Amino acid sequence: MSMTIEGIIVPILGSVAFAVLAPIVGCLLAGIDRVLSARMQGRVGPPILQPYYDVRKLMAKEKATVNGVQDAYVICAFVFACVAGGIFFTGGNLLMCVFVITLSSLFFIIAAYSSRSPYAEAGANRETIQVMAYEPMVLLFAVGFYMATQLIMAPYLSTGVPAGSFDVAAVFQLDQPIIVWTALIFLGLMFILTIKLRKSPFDLSMSHHAHQEIVRGMTTEMSGSTLALVEVLHWCENVLFLGWVAIFFVWGNPWSVLLGVVVALLAYFLEILIDNNFARVKWQFMLKSAWLVALVGGGVNIAIMAFI
Amino acid sequence: MGYSSKSPWVIHYDGSSCNGCDIEVLATLCPGFDGERFGVINTGNPKHADIFLVTGSVNEQNIGVVKEIYDQMLEPKVVVACGICACSGGIFHDCYNVIGGVDKAIPVDVYAPGCAVRPEALIDAIVEGVAVLDQKAQAIKSGEKPRED
Repeated sequence: MSMTIEGIIVPILGSVAFAVLAPIVGCLLAGIDRVLSARMQGRVGPPILQPYYDVRKLMAKEKATVNGVQDAYVICAFVFACVAGGIFFTGGNLLMCVFVITLSSLFFIIAAYSSRSPYAEAGANRETIQVMAYEPMVLLFAVGFYMATQLIMAPYLSTGVPAGSFDVAAVFQLDQPIIVWTALIFLGLMFILTIKLRKSPFDLSMSHHAHQEIVRGMTTEMSGSTLALVEVLHWCENVLFLGWVAIFFVWGNPWSVLLGVVVALLAYFLEILIDNNFARVKWQFMLKSAWLVALVGGGVNIAIMAFI
Repeated sequence: MGYSSKSPWVIHYDGSSCNGCDIEVLATLCPGFDGERFGVINTGNPKHADIFLVTGSVNEQNIGVVKEIYDQMLEPKVVVACGICACSGGIFHDCYNVIGGVDKAIPVDVYAPGCAVRPEALIDAIVEGVAVLDQKAQAIKSGEKPRED
């Protein structure tokens, strides 16, 4: 995207819209997660709006924080997650989206470190390793996106369409979805999605389930409204990551957006199923397996596209 | 109903119980009784919890821990004494090291007797507890200072 006025205003408006809409969608997704998890465990489960009730309750709790700067870091993490979502859903630069959401993760890690609690630090260390584990695959996803759009557009180059693009909106100019060329990258992204959504077996830094946690990982020292914002941050992240899954299946046909949403929901269901069927692994396994997947899934796929 | 009563997150501490009540506390969250129907989540972190479930009596060893967990919890908060040992010391009341029920260490809002306490009694106690939670939340909202114990 060129640096025109629209190039600046559209992502900003998109970020504001994302900050309003993504929590609504993300909250419902989190509620569905809770109910589905309960059903998988043979329980009835909470009402679907339970995550909303939780956040409302947290906002009313007494305010207390070990280090006041922690709140500022969490707010930064939230703002940058919204910017990343705004860039992505307004069809902006995918690479920029990837970098900004990583920045958001880094702010969240610093927030956890800032409390100086040994438990939060253990969580922050593990989150750092998680970022190391999934980041190569995420970058290969962006590279693969560019190469796939290039391959699909190649026959039309004479008609003046751009050759290859990092812009998410470019998929609407394609006559086939990028999944046609990026099946291995898609599988790799699905693998690291479990890390990014903090689902078992890769919920090392903070788990939703107290029984497999050292106190509460990264959020040990976060409480009340800070913890509420962390919850909303995760809802937003989930919506963005499911957007990444959906983009593989979207092309010029407007109905393909629906297909993308369906695939994203299926991916989310799969993540819940995995979450309920695996215990946490050691960080060594997570790092090795994620890099192996990035190398095999992402690397081979990109090599194939490069040689065609 | 306020939002406090819709999402009671609990923290469970085993004072010096025989483990009978602890098993029942966890059974409350298992499929048979499914405390999560009422939004009950077991947290391992006092800073996230609204309801403090204590099983077993208070003794010289654990009284500091019980107080510490209670102090780390943020208002509004509720304490439920689970089982007769937590209520009054139970059959251990005259042991040389036992101080008594949980109320000897921290203010208790709901007493759930039983040996061991039944999950039904626990769910009743938690439902009773969330009513107290709502009252306290309302008091904080209207500008009252949380009590200093």
